[in-house]
Amino acid sequence: MILCESTLPEEHWHIFKLAHWLISYKGILCLIAAPPYFCKSMVTNKNYMYKSWWKILTIVLLLFTLIAGLFIKIPDLPALEETSRNLFFHVGMWMSMMTLFTISVVHSIKYLRTFDLKYDIYARQYATSGILFGILGYATGAIWMSYTWADPNNPLFQSFSALAREPKLIGAAIALLIYFAYLVLRDSITDMDKRARIGAVYNIFAYAMLFPAIWIVPRLLPSLHPGQAGNPAMNFKDVSPEMRLVEWPAFIGWSLLGVWITTLKIRISLLKEKKLAE
Amino acid sequence: MRTIRHIATLFKKDLLLEVRQQYSFYGILLYIASTVFVLFLAVEEPESKVWNGLFWVIQLFICINAVAKSFLQESRGRMLYFYSIASPASFVLAKLLFNSLLMLIMSLLSLALFALFLGNPMVKAGAFIGLVLLGGWSLSLIFTFLAAIAARAQQNAAIMAVLGFPIIVPQLLLLMKISNAAFNPVLVIHSADLLLLAALDILVIMLAVILFPFLWKE
Repeated sequence: MILCESTLPEEHWHIFKLAHWLISYKGILCLIAAPPYFCKSMVTNKNYMYKSWWKILTIVLLLFTLIAGLFIKIPDLPALEETSRNLFFHVGMWMSMMTLFTISVVHSIKYLRTFDLKYDIYARQYATSGILFGILGYATGAIWMSYTWADPNNPLFQSFSALAREPKLIGAAIALLIYFAYLVLRDSITDMDKRARIGAVYNIFAYAMLFPAIWIVPRLLPSLHPGQAGNPAMNFKDVSPEMRLVEWPAFIGWSLLGVWITTLKIRISLLKEKKLAE
Repeated sequence: MRTIRHIATLFKKDLLLEVRQQYSFYGILLYIASTVFVLFLAVEEPESKVWNGLFWVIQLFICINAVAKSFLQESRGRMLYFYSIASPASFVLAKLLFNSLLMLIMSLLSLALFALFLGNPMVKAGAFIGLVLLGGWSLSLIFTFLAAIAARAQQNAAIMAVLGFPIIVPQLLLLMKISNAAFNPVLVIHSADLLLLAALDILVIMLAVILFPFLWKE
């Protein structure tokens, strides 16, 4: 397994062994299980917000993603070529968005069980950050699109609406619309307890309806995305092992970044609440 | 057994209210008639795809209007009374049942008007009528629950549309896909799609029963 075109010296062999384990199934399973576990346990205990080990981990992971992502050898594919590197950034945004929305729903459920207003603050801030990452996901997707599907010098499609029927775009649009509506609903209620309760109920209802939506919509519409029907380019199952080595740290890094930003916003909100209470 | 009796009583109460104060019923009828008439003036006899799209969008708006009144017309005192005598599950099931009935009637009426004014591209008529009933029922379930949410939030009916549109998208897509199959004599309607629609409806009912008690406490 070669990161750059040059070979590494013998004393770095243990890094290879670690990386080799990471891309094995055990490693991937641990990495998949880690983000939800860490994120939930991180913010259920308020003290975790103040710890710095996971923030340093975030920086390390994102630096690794940036550097390795740009140097790593990628499979040579007809339409995508070098742009497949965007996998680490664009799909990372969506992963981060879904993680943040999931944490938001978990906190809504906790609010309905305990009626502790701090969970309501958590739920709202996570929803807002999720929206931010969703918009970034659209932006990175648009940039990627302008080099592949909608290259201005080589247009593959007649109009924008032909592109907009893409099921992943529609699924992401539904998620963003739901959470925008969540924010609008919250702002339309003035009483704090009522706002928290109704917001939590809508959050849970809409999230539970979101999953069937994301699962159903791709089956109903033909797709442009790589790997789905209608596009002979990269399939996500065909991602090479070198890319997997960068892909999972990238997803975790972006998710942790989202959680970090949200915890800062939560801390500001809690300080504001404390100040108002005095 | 008691729950079923409670549901039956609450349902009868809603039915009696509608029969006695008929203005809301006639209001929705008039809304359907006016919308179809305006559409008829705008688009003479559209082709089947356009007909399909227009039909389902109109169904959406009819549903929002028909269902919005169900929770908004209950005053606070009456809600408190119901809170003391019935469980939230029976209350919400009675409302779901009543709105389903209302929406079924409205769907059939709007289908008749559409076929009358805007031409009749239906090839498999029976299948399409069944689909209209199923679609109307699905829409009414989701919007009933959203009306319950909106009734707590400053009683604004406009917010129901905002909350509802993203959630209704997969159902609308499914309905349009099956309707297209009903219009085209070549395509066949997959029972898997119908089962998927029914499964989504059951999911909505379960979520409503689980989540309504939190809205109920006042």
